[in-house]
Amino acid sequence: MNLKTFLLGACSAVALCGFANAETLTIATVNNSDMIRMQGLTSEFTKANPDIQVEWVTLEENVLRERVTTDIAASGGQYDIVTIGNYEVPIWAKQQWLLPLDGLGDNYDVDDLLPAIRGGLSVDGKLYAAPFYGESAMIMYRKDLFEKAGLTMPDSPTWEFIGEAARKITDRNADISGICLRGKAGWGENMAFVSALNNSFGGRWFDENWKPQFDQPEWKAALQFYADLMKDAGPSGASSNGFNENLTLFQQGKCGMWMDATVAASMVSNPKESTVADKVGYAIFPSKEGVNNHGNWLWSWNLAIPASSQKAEAAQKFIAWATSKDYTALVASKEGWASVPPGTRTSLYNNEEYKKAAPFAGPTLAAMDAADITKPTVKPVPYTGGQFVAIPEFQALGTTVGQLFSAVIAGQSTVDDALTAAQATATRDMTRAGYIK
Amino acid sequence: MATQNTKTLARLMMAPAVIVLLVWMVVPLAMTLWYSFQNYNLLTPQNVSFAGFFNYVYFYTDPAFFESIWNTLVLVLGVLLITVIGGIAIALLIDQPIFGQGIVRILVISPFFVMPPVAALIWKNMIMHPGYGVLADVARFFGAQPVDWFAQYPLFSIIIIVAWQWLPFATLILLTALQSLDSEQKEAAEMDGANAFNRFIYLTLPHLSRAITVVILIQTIFLLGIYAEILVTTNGGPGYASTNLTFLIYRTARLGYDVGGGAAGGIIAVVLANIVAIFLMRAVGKNLDR
Amino acid sequence: MARTVTRGSKIGWTIAAWVVALLIFFPILYAFITSLKTEPEAIAGFSLIPSGTFENYVTVQTQRDYFKPFMNSVVLSIGSTILALLFAIPAAWSMAFSPTKRTKDILMWMLSTKMMPAVAVLIPIFILFRNFGLLDTRIGLTVMLTLINLPIVVWMLYTYFREIPGEILEAARMDGASLWKEIVYVLTPMAVPGIASTLLLNIILAWNEAFWTIQLTTTNAAPLTAFIASFSSPQGLFWAKLSAASTMAIAPILILGWFSQKQLVRGLTFGAVK
Repeated sequence: MNLKTFLLGACSAVALCGFANAETLTIATVNNSDMIRMQGLTSEFTKANPDIQVEWVTLEENVLRERVTTDIAASGGQYDIVTIGNYEVPIWAKQQWLLPLDGLGDNYDVDDLLPAIRGGLSVDGKLYAAPFYGESAMIMYRKDLFEKAGLTMPDSPTWEFIGEAARKITDRNADISGICLRGKAGWGENMAFVSALNNSFGGRWFDENWKPQFDQPEWKAALQFYADLMKDAGPSGASSNGFNENLTLFQQGKCGMWMDATVAASMVSNPKESTVADKVGYAIFPSKEGVNNHGNWLWSWNLAIPASSQKAEAAQKFIAWATSKDYTALVASKEGWASVPPGTRTSLYNNEEYKKAAPFAGPTLAAMDAADITKPTVKPVPYTGGQFVAIPEFQALGTTVGQLFSAVIAGQSTVDDALTAAQATATRDMTRAGYIK
Repeated sequence: MATQNTKTLARLMMAPAVIVLLVWMVVPLAMTLWYSFQNYNLLTPQNVSFAGFFNYVYFYTDPAFFESIWNTLVLVLGVLLITVIGGIAIALLIDQPIFGQGIVRILVISPFFVMPPVAALIWKNMIMHPGYGVLADVARFFGAQPVDWFAQYPLFSIIIIVAWQWLPFATLILLTALQSLDSEQKEAAEMDGANAFNRFIYLTLPHLSRAITVVILIQTIFLLGIYAEILVTTNGGPGYASTNLTFLIYRTARLGYDVGGGAAGGIIAVVLANIVAIFLMRAVGKNLDR
Repeated sequence: MARTVTRGSKIGWTIAAWVVALLIFFPILYAFITSLKTEPEAIAGFSLIPSGTFENYVTVQTQRDYFKPFMNSVVLSIGSTILALLFAIPAAWSMAFSPTKRTKDILMWMLSTKMMPAVAVLIPIFILFRNFGLLDTRIGLTVMLTLINLPIVVWMLYTYFREIPGEILEAARMDGASLWKEIVYVLTPMAVPGIASTLLLNIILAWNEAFWTIQLTTTNAAPLTAFIASFSSPQGLFWAKLSAASTMAIAPILILGWFSQKQLVRGLTFGAVK
């Protein structure tokens, strides 16, 4: 019986490989809607390239990151293309774990990629990953609630205005919170927002000598502002809300404002998902009075080829296809312009049809252009990044600090205690990693 | 002569399982020990060097270390308490002659079939969410303020979720034991005029003691390793309120890619788990001899 | 004198048991109901009446083929369970019927092999698997699942075997039965219920194992746990789809449990009667 099951297993494995005398690419990707759409359109690629087969490994973001990082660092060699964030690309490229993408073809038009995105994916002028979609952060707000409260969103709102407006809109009886922000602990959860907030307050994670800066007034001002705002105008359960929880709240009409990734715009304005689709307005991420900085939030999901792949040529072919202008046109022809992957190419934002179909195109581009990951904050820093710090140690450190800050939002810790603890733990981690001598 | 044969045979029968498990224990343990003395971050493989006891010191001095041990104990004990008491109660209940016994049994056992991450997601978003969870709806129906479970009672919320997952296991084992209780004995006790309470204390409970011991031991082993539920719901927060030892290791080994630190944490966890196990064996192990 | 059960008390117990059972089952029931809702319905607040759409199941199946991970789950859980039983039955048998002073220590030691947190040994194990070419293979994962569940299987079997009264053995020996006959004709029939319930329990444990089955697989050997992991998205509405995927992952094992449950109870009562 046991042997039989093994044999059965072996047979079906052979059968699967059998008909594919062509090369089979194994692609690991995240299960966001844009990637799932790409998966659905794969047949278009294999039709044009009959000698290439594609096998998908689709996983939830955190699982994918763990899985792919283990594989690449321990040279498991199981993937030909991996989907990774702009956080990983420079770190991995420096380890020579990725192949440079120099064979994308003449039609690819590398110069069309948004400069901010391209810069984040290049090391020493070589492109190591191709962006599939990109995002910054912006304000999404309810035009009807603003009108009712007699407010108008300025072109470039300040935190002072946001704070005031959020408190004014809050209506606990109608179960409407003035503002929804991330609170769930995690480097890619609450710390993405809080780091961007701190950037816009003029603060920084580390000074030029990698000394943590949680004992500085900017951090205190930013965290205090965030904590007070969430207390006065935030939803219940804020300390366990991440992107998705807030998206749900906003779509149900329970938030006056929400500051988060620009990709959310296509979800809150989709009438199939959102009850407030026709009432959403957009504005650039706020800044503090006197500080010229809109948070520098920049994220992209990218396709890259691990150095261990034996099928680099086919893999480049696929990447060139999936991140090309033609792919954008293909999605537009099948599902409409509002569904194309945003935030990677200048040409998309010059496309009149796209601008018509996607009211959030302008604000998205403005947000992406405003983000500069080489200069996250006004003070000098030894790192690149924006809502994250592009060092390998950031995931663990960011999550620890995120835990401390979520305790403030949950009302179980004070701003001062959290900052003192954050300073201590950051100093400890940075000393261990050898940044602080 | 026969006994000598039986003994040899007994050893032979035990050997395969023991050898396999021995290899399975020694190899990972040896590798983990080796790594625990190395400076080895997965993302900077060029910097591997001998670390001495630094990884241990580093893990031990983590600000969350003592709280995480306390949380681990609270989590294990809380879940054990709920599942053992609840398991006995439910086993007694569904052992009664009732209508639709089969369906009731399968309903009670069903949480065991749900993968841990899915269970945590369902509880977090559909049941306990203060905005749109079922419990919040119930609270509002009675005119009360919905409870923000994961902010106010993070560890308790996780205990509830985990207990829900393990209650079926306890119920199943205890029910099986209950059914092997001699019905003649039961009837004799009834004839003697013992009331239901006395029958439970003097007949049923002693009969269940070995099953309870097994439930406690096996569950403890699983509960010491809980982290997926924490990852999905609170990420160890707020503060360190729901960080247990395994989550701390997860943070070091998987988020920090610190193979050395994670290995040291693993060794510390093994040592502590063994202390718990010895303590447990002292407390309940004698039930196994009966 | 048989116990008399009044109709009144039976109805009382029935109500109590059903209330408890439905409370425990509610989260799963609610997930199932949600799987029949549209995504906006799924987040629109408490409702037990879905619009009854099957679109989620269709979406799930088009997004990711269900059959292959399902087959992997079947092969892995059954394969690893049988392998574990092959090792565990003789071991538990000898521990239960020829216990020595060290039996308890060996049992405890077996359980202690499970004390190392999986996250701490992932990298060493991953490297071992890579070097032996076992990554993303059913054989590698079957061995893995066998090893991590073996201690539990030994424990469960040991407990069940201990329930078998020793006097029966004595009697058989007095009759001059050989060891072989003793095992085949006397003990096996009594042990079957225990083995069956251990088998079921271990299949469930293997079916739900969600760490190694995800970390050590990519496409060929990935079971339903990996299938589920591709539907819990942190971005966009996914409740109804996740519920549908979960229902698809839970249903087979629930049905198996449902059928074997009846067999089990019959077997157990048979075994308990002397």
